[in-house]
Amino acid sequence: MGRWFFCLWLLCLPLWVGMGGTALADDGVAIPPLSSRVTDLTGTLDAGQKAQLETALQQIEAAKGAQIGILLLPSVKPETIEQYGIRLAEAWKLGRKGVDDGLIIIVAKADRRMRIEVGYGLEGNIPDAVAKRIVSEEMAPRFKQGDYFGGLQAAVQALSARIGDSGGAPPTDAGQAEQDDGASWFSDHATLLFFFIFGAGVLHALLGVMGYVVVAGIAGVIAFLATASWLIALGAAVAVFLLSLLGLGRMGGGGFSSGGGWGSSSDGGFSGGGGGFGGGGASGDW
Amino acid sequence: MKFRLFAVLALAVTLLSGCGYNQIQINDEAVNASWSEVLNQYKRRADLIPNLVSVVQGYASHEKDVLTQVTEARASVAGIKATPELVNDPEAFAKFQKAQSDLGGALSRLLVVSENYPQLKADANFRDLQAQVEGTENRITVARNRYIKAVQDYNVGVRTFPNNLTAMVIGAKPKANFTVEDEKAVSTPPAIKFDAPK
Repeated sequence: MGRWFFCLWLLCLPLWVGMGGTALADDGVAIPPLSSRVTDLTGTLDAGQKAQLETALQQIEAAKGAQIGILLLPSVKPETIEQYGIRLAEAWKLGRKGVDDGLIIIVAKADRRMRIEVGYGLEGNIPDAVAKRIVSEEMAPRFKQGDYFGGLQAAVQALSARIGDSGGAPPTDAGQAEQDDGASWFSDHATLLFFFIFGAGVLHALLGVMGYVVVAGIAGVIAFLATASWLIALGAAVAVFLLSLLGLGRMGGGGFSSGGGWGSSSDGGFSGGGGGFGGGGASGDW
Repeated sequence: MKFRLFAVLALAVTLLSGCGYNQIQINDEAVNASWSEVLNQYKRRADLIPNLVSVVQGYASHEKDVLTQVTEARASVAGIKATPELVNDPEAFAKFQKAQSDLGGALSRLLVVSENYPQLKADANFRDLQAQVEGTENRITVARNRYIKAVQDYNVGVRTFPNNLTAMVIGAKPKANFTVEDEKAVSTPPAIKFDAPK
């Protein structure tokens, strides 16, 4: 009996594999890694043009803080350029964290579609109508004549004129900005726990067993403030009391070190500063 | 020995309830934030409509049907109070969603109709408004996707063990999510006729 079921189950396997395959295909065109300001997957720009655009973008970042990226790729199908654009923006995270002054120019050459993806912080300087005008008046006519470099250069100039001097320094800790929220959550709470355990030890030395009671009381109050539930507060107080009583307080000083080591070493390459995008900008074709 | 067992139990209870509880609160706040963004973008779209309608009227005043449809859809959207609590009420949520998708449909018909008016299309004011509407529609899509993900995280958190116990205690229920609008309409293929227009 069991064997039959096993055989049936095996029959399902190819189905699952098949489903996994289609799910992957639905994910669309892969996001290229961000290694420089201008990424050309189509071989349209020659080395000199690429360098020229990169210098212009670098100057904008140095002067105004805004990070601009350019991506030329063959096609974004089956997605629309808007769908691809927001995925790209979420992956590259251009712009400073909190200021969100990132911007991406995407050109899908075979689709004959382009898009300017505008970060939250630049939506005031470059509203959708302005982005649309840059797309249809600066880029589209030049792209029509095959002058991709000229179109991009004109767009960068127009964008640069709109991005005011935000007065901020360029992003210094590019890419380091909180890579893992889970890690920071853990370290926050670990700090709290250690505070209690060490506090318990200190108070015990001063007050004897009463020290544990005091610490347990504090834990209870904090738990109540955090959760507004007497039950949880009581549980927390009891747990802290027992923990300290069991002598964990004297176990401290070992093992846990926080900070350091998460961030990427930002040597040479170009990376996003953690800016957020909300789908602002405009698309167009030529 | 007995003491130690009790301590371990107490620790387990606090850790489970504590962690689950905080996770639920974090997820809940994430849902609220992303919902506010959805509302924000819907509001932005509704605010654009009077201007758009008046510009289109200037060039295509006899397209009364489409214009009234948009105006009515906007009025019905405005009639629904969009509060954060909407998320916890599946019925009101569905109603709200219906009204918004009606407005989206009417608006896209208006933009399609305006393609027939070269003068309107050449109007700079109209072009700016059109770009804004398109941008806002895209923002709505992005905001909705982020909301869907936030609700997914929240619901998974509320339904899986051991957080579901905490959720039961504090009365946290799964939240309503966006569904495909008019599932029937989407799943039936559109009827395409090549008759000459009347």
